[in-house]
Amino acid sequence: MTAITTAAPAAAETSRNLTRSMLIGLLLLAAALPFIVGKSGFISNFTFLQLSLMIVYAIAVLGLNLLTGFNGQISLGHGAFFAVGAYTAAILIEHYGVNYWLTLPAAALICFVVGYLFGLPALRLEGHYLALATFGLAIAVPQMLKYKHLEPLTNGVMGINLLKPDAPFGLPLSGDQWMYLVVLIVAVAMFWMARNLLNSRPGRAMVAIRDHTLAASTMGIDTSRYKATVFGISALYVGVAGALHAIIFEFVSPDSFRFELSIAILVGAVVGGVASLPGAVIGGIFVQFIEKYADAMTKKLTQAIHLPLELQPWTLYGITLIVLIYVMPGGIAGGLAALWARLRRSQGG
Amino acid sequence: MEQLIQQIASGLASGAIYALVALALVMIFTATDHLNFAQGEMAMFSTYICWQLIQWGFPFWPALGFTILFSFLLGVAIERIILRPLHNASVLSIVVVFIGLLAIFHSLAGSIWSHTIKNFPSPFPNVTFAGSGYIGSHQIGMILVSLLMLFALYAFFRFTPLGLAMRAAAQNPVSARLVGVKVDWMLALGWGLAAAVGAVAGAMVAPVVYLEPNMMASILLYGFAGALVGGISNPAGAVFGGFLVGVLENLVAYFGNLTEKTFGIYIVGNGEKLTVALIIVITILTLKPAGLFGRTTVRRV
Repeated sequence: MTAITTAAPAAAETSRNLTRSMLIGLLLLAAALPFIVGKSGFISNFTFLQLSLMIVYAIAVLGLNLLTGFNGQISLGHGAFFAVGAYTAAILIEHYGVNYWLTLPAAALICFVVGYLFGLPALRLEGHYLALATFGLAIAVPQMLKYKHLEPLTNGVMGINLLKPDAPFGLPLSGDQWMYLVVLIVAVAMFWMARNLLNSRPGRAMVAIRDHTLAASTMGIDTSRYKATVFGISALYVGVAGALHAIIFEFVSPDSFRFELSIAILVGAVVGGVASLPGAVIGGIFVQFIEKYADAMTKKLTQAIHLPLELQPWTLYGITLIVLIYVMPGGIAGGLAALWARLRRSQGG
Repeated sequence: MEQLIQQIASGLASGAIYALVALALVMIFTATDHLNFAQGEMAMFSTYICWQLIQWGFPFWPALGFTILFSFLLGVAIERIILRPLHNASVLSIVVVFIGLLAIFHSLAGSIWSHTIKNFPSPFPNVTFAGSGYIGSHQIGMILVSLLMLFALYAFFRFTPLGLAMRAAAQNPVSARLVGVKVDWMLALGWGLAAAVGAVAGAMVAPVVYLEPNMMASILLYGFAGALVGGISNPAGAVFGGFLVGVLENLVAYFGNLTEKTFGIYIVGNGEKLTVALIIVITILTLKPAGLFGRTTVRRV
């Protein structure tokens, strides 16, 4: 018995160090990828764009995870903040000639303020009501973007076309490769900040509010201020993702940010696992993967089971959501963690 | 002035639809404490069924009758099969399942009937009558059918033993079970009724907004707004709220037009309808979460 208790922490320590060095190695490899490939075309620019989009969605899903998974507030309208971030970047670049990387902090700031302000009335709302308010936000945002008095800025239904920035300092990289690098660096920074936030005192307060709001407030946590702030931070994450999306996608329009986007972010969060940082990465990959392959997949599926009608990706989305809630409420990350724990237990016992 | 009356009349007509949707939402909410985000898409799907039957040559009313039956069974099936096992799940799980249902119905309707906009026939003859300058015959019909539904439901809940059992199951499940009410089945029945009411709302509004998979999204939002204005736990209040929101919506557009004409300043118009609904929802939730007629619930800790 004693042998086990002394050995266990050391083993945990080693495994944690191992995980960390593996993670750092993986990230370095990911960052080196565009330099290795260079202009050889071994990995196409289009693939780099796809990878960038995955990372962007991962940041957005992380934003929703912070709110839903770690603070217990439900949002069906995070596409709205994504839109605000994207439009902030697009307008600043198009009308004010601002450098693209300066638009990121601007989008972050604006989205934090918008999210905080939206979170203030939302403080009084819990569960279904908050879901309802954000549901309305998601449906109304495309309309708001077409608002007549905003048209000089937003360019109405036409949207705004942007140009992808080139790699600076004469680096031997294409625009897509460079933006992939930028997105990767931003994502690493934002995940790192999220991890530090969650490991801090405010982070534990966030989780306490999720687990039992009333108990948290009797412990002296200012629950309403925390909730609004977390809403703001969550919007900030999604806003930065939106700004990055606008830059790498080179286009924003009201119809890019319809209700479907909010659902996609939610699906990503649920599939990855709402209360998990790695889950956000899985979620981001899933969102982009579905966006790209769902059409082909549903077509294949339709043929395979000889359905007389052509299924659409959303049907798969819906079924995935419902099935996941049944079999893996913790998402893929939660499921993997549970599997890992079971394996460890069976090894130990 | 004439225009104002017209606007109020058509506001009442769309309000009737919002009232039906709000009522469907309230029915599920009082029974299970869930806001059904898939309500609108379920109604849209039912409307497609009705359209298909009419295409196959059924007259309107039998087609609607069959659609109501189908929707009822669909609602019961969803509750029994999908939601029953999630009895004790968290709010997030439930909301996610509703969103999943929404996506499934939306895309299935698109797969089966395509996304092209379809005409939906109005069952009401186009006649001229006194005051028909203010309101169309379909709008009158919409209001009448909605009121009929509301009274039928009221009578059902008020005067039949089954209605009483359903109310008991919603208000106090434990005691209801003790006196022999099958609470589980009452919840499923409530879902069925809500789906049936939604089907009527869909079939009534489809001739106005045309039939397409997106047709219920904004109507659902207005239904939510109506239910919240009246009090989400109060059926009569929700109906009143639905009518109020309908009129309010049209008045906002009307006065928006008026200010544009008189002052030349554009503030709101038809393009901002959803934003207006959103503002109503948030204002009500912030200032008076229980609605105008709702009960404030006090939770014991």
